[in-house]
Amino acid sequence: MNGLRSILLRRETGIAVMIVLFTLAVTLYKPQFFTANNLRVILLLTPLVMIAAMGQMLVLVARHVDLSMGSMLGLSAMITGMMFRDMPEVPWGLGFVVAIGIGAFLGLINGALVTLFRLPAIIVTLGTLNLYRGLTFIVSNARQVDRQFIPSDLKAMSQSSPIFGIPWIIFMAFAVALLTYWFATHTRVGRQIFALGSNPVAAPLRGIKVTLVTLLVFTIAGALSGLAGIMYASRWGFVNPSNTGFGFEFQVIAAVVIGGVSINGGVGSVLGVMLGVLLMGCVAAALPLLGIPGTAQGAIYGAVILIALLIDRSVRQQGIASLKRVRA
Amino acid sequence: MSATDTTTTAEVGREAAPPRPLWHVILVRPETMTLVLLVLGVIVASQLSPYFLDVSYILRSFTLSAEFAIVALVLTMVIIAGEIDLSPAANMALSACLFAWAQASGVPIPIAVAIGLGAGLLMGALNAFMVIALQLPSIIVTIGTLTLYRGLAQVIAGDKSIRVPEWFIGIDRVLVFGLPVPVVIFIVTAIVLGFVLAGTIFGRQIYQIGTNEIAARHAGIRSRQIKLVLFLLIGAVAATAGMMTASRLGSVRYDLGLGGELQMVLMAMLGGTYIFGGRGTILGTFLAAWLLVVVSTGMTVANLLPAIQLTVLGVLLIVAIIATNFIYSRTQR
Repeated sequence: MNGLRSILLRRETGIAVMIVLFTLAVTLYKPQFFTANNLRVILLLTPLVMIAAMGQMLVLVARHVDLSMGSMLGLSAMITGMMFRDMPEVPWGLGFVVAIGIGAFLGLINGALVTLFRLPAIIVTLGTLNLYRGLTFIVSNARQVDRQFIPSDLKAMSQSSPIFGIPWIIFMAFAVALLTYWFATHTRVGRQIFALGSNPVAAPLRGIKVTLVTLLVFTIAGALSGLAGIMYASRWGFVNPSNTGFGFEFQVIAAVVIGGVSINGGVGSVLGVMLGVLLMGCVAAALPLLGIPGTAQGAIYGAVILIALLIDRSVRQQGIASLKRVRA
Repeated sequence: MSATDTTTTAEVGREAAPPRPLWHVILVRPETMTLVLLVLGVIVASQLSPYFLDVSYILRSFTLSAEFAIVALVLTMVIIAGEIDLSPAANMALSACLFAWAQASGVPIPIAVAIGLGAGLLMGALNAFMVIALQLPSIIVTIGTLTLYRGLAQVIAGDKSIRVPEWFIGIDRVLVFGLPVPVVIFIVTAIVLGFVLAGTIFGRQIYQIGTNEIAARHAGIRSRQIKLVLFLLIGAVAATAGMMTASRLGSVRYDLGLGGELQMVLMAMLGGTYIFGGRGTILGTFLAAWLLVVVSTGMTVANLLPAIQLTVLGVLLIVAIIATNFIYSRTQR
C-alpha cells in the first residue's frame, strides 16, 4: 500500500499519466495518431533532444543553466561536417570523437568562465551562445555542408535498424540515458553533483571539490551537445551554419524542466527527463495532425517551461508543508 | 598579546583610513572605463574610415540600435534591483506584431497602438506575477516568457511580414533639432531615468533592494511594489521600442529584434552595471550604448561579416562582466 502510494506520488508517474492522457485525447480525435508509423515519427523526434537533455539535467541539478547548447551543437556539427567534406579519407567513426571532443572543449570553456570568475552561468552562456554561433559562421565561411559530403554510413544510422524498425540513433540515445543514470546515481561524483546543487554552501564543507564538479558538469553538457551535433548530421544529412541547433536550447530546457528537474538544483531523475522528452515529442508529432501550424511550436515550448515552473513550485511548497507537519 | 595588538591596530587603521582622493574615486568607476573605451573606439574607427568624423553618420547608425538602447536603460534599473529580464526583445516582437496585425485588420491606429502598448504592459505583468507573487527566479522565468512571447508572435504573424501604413514608416528619418527622433527619445529617456535613479527616493530604494532585499524590506521599503513598477515599465518601454522598430523597418515579422536580449544585457554590463544587483548607473548604460554603436558601425565599415560581429559581441559581454566584477571587487575592500 505504502509502496503504491509512493509510486503514485512520484513526479515520473505524473508525466507518464500526462503522456497517456495526451495520446488518448489526440487518438480519439484523430485515430491515425496511434499508428506504428506515427509512433516511429515520434521516436525519431526525440534522440537529439534526449541526449542533450541528459547534459542539461546535470547542469540544472548543479544549480546552473546552459543556454549555449544549440550553438555548441551547431559548431561541433559544422567542424565535423567540414572534416567529412575536406578529408573524405578519414573513417566516419572518427567523426564521433571529433564532435564529442569539440563539444567537451566548448563546454569546458563555459565551465571555466563560470568557476574561475564566479559569474552567473546564464550570462556566460548567453555570451557563448552568440560567440559559438558566430564562430560557426566563421569556420564554415557561412557555407552549408551539403548532403553528398555526409558519409552514407552515418546517415544510415538514422534509417537502418537492428530490430523492430527502430533506427540506431534511438538506441544510442537510450544508451546515453542509461549511462547518465548510472553516473548520476551510482558514482561518487554523480552524487556529489546532487549534493552541490542541494546546498552549495554545505558542499565544500563536506569535502566536495566544487570547482572540479562544476567544470565536469559543463564539460559533460558540452560533450553531449557535440554528440547531438554529429547525430544531427546523421538525422538530417546536412549542416547549416544558421539553422543547425538554432533554438535547440529552449526545446531541451522545456523537456528537462517538464521532466521534473528543479531549477533550484539538487532534484532530477533520468527517467523523468526521458519522459519529459517523450512528452515533448508527442506534442510535436500531434501538432500537424491537429491542424496547428508548425509556427506554434515556439509558443508551446515557452508555455511548457512556465507550466513546469509552476508545478515545480507547488511541489516544493507541498514538501515544505509536509516537513512542517512532521516537526509539529 | 601581540595577536590582539595587531587586530586593534588593524581596526584602528581601518577606521582612520583617509578618504580616497577624488581622482581615485572617479578613475575606478566602471563608467570611466566605458568612456575611455568609447574615446578609443572613436579614434580607432576614424582611422578605419573618414566617415566616422561625420556626426550625422554616427547618428544615423545609432538609430539602428536605438530601440535596444532605450530598453537597456530600463533593464539597467531592473538589474540594479537584483532581477533580470531576458524577454524584452521577444516582447518587442509580439507587441509590434499585435499592433501591425490589428491595424492591418482595420482597427483605427490609436486603438492599434493602445493594443500594442497594452500587450507590452500585460507581458511585463506576467513576468512580474511569476517573479514577485510566485517567487520564481527571474532568469528562468524570463527564458520561458522569451520563448513564449516570440512563439506567440510567430503564431500571429506566421512566416509572412505585415506591412504598416505608409505614413507610419520612417521615425528614424524625422529630425528634431537635427537629431533623429529615436536618438532624441533615447536621450530624453536617459535623462529622466537617470534623474529618477539617482535623485529620487524611489531610485535610491532600487539600489537598496538590489544590495540586500531582506534588509531593505526590514527598513520598510516596499520591494514588491517597486519591482512590479520596474517590470511593468520595461514591458511598456519594450512595446514602444517594438513599434519604433516597426516604423523604422516599414513592416513587421515575428523575428523582429531577434537576439536583442544579448545587445541589451551587453549595454548594461558594458556600462558597469553589477550583474548581482545594487550597483550601476544610467550614465554607464548611456555611454555603453554609444560605445556599442561605434564598435558595430566600425566593424561594418571594416567590412566584417555579421557573424564575426556576433562573435565579437559575445566576447565583449563576457569581458565586460569580468572587468566590472573585478573593478567592484577591488573597490569593495
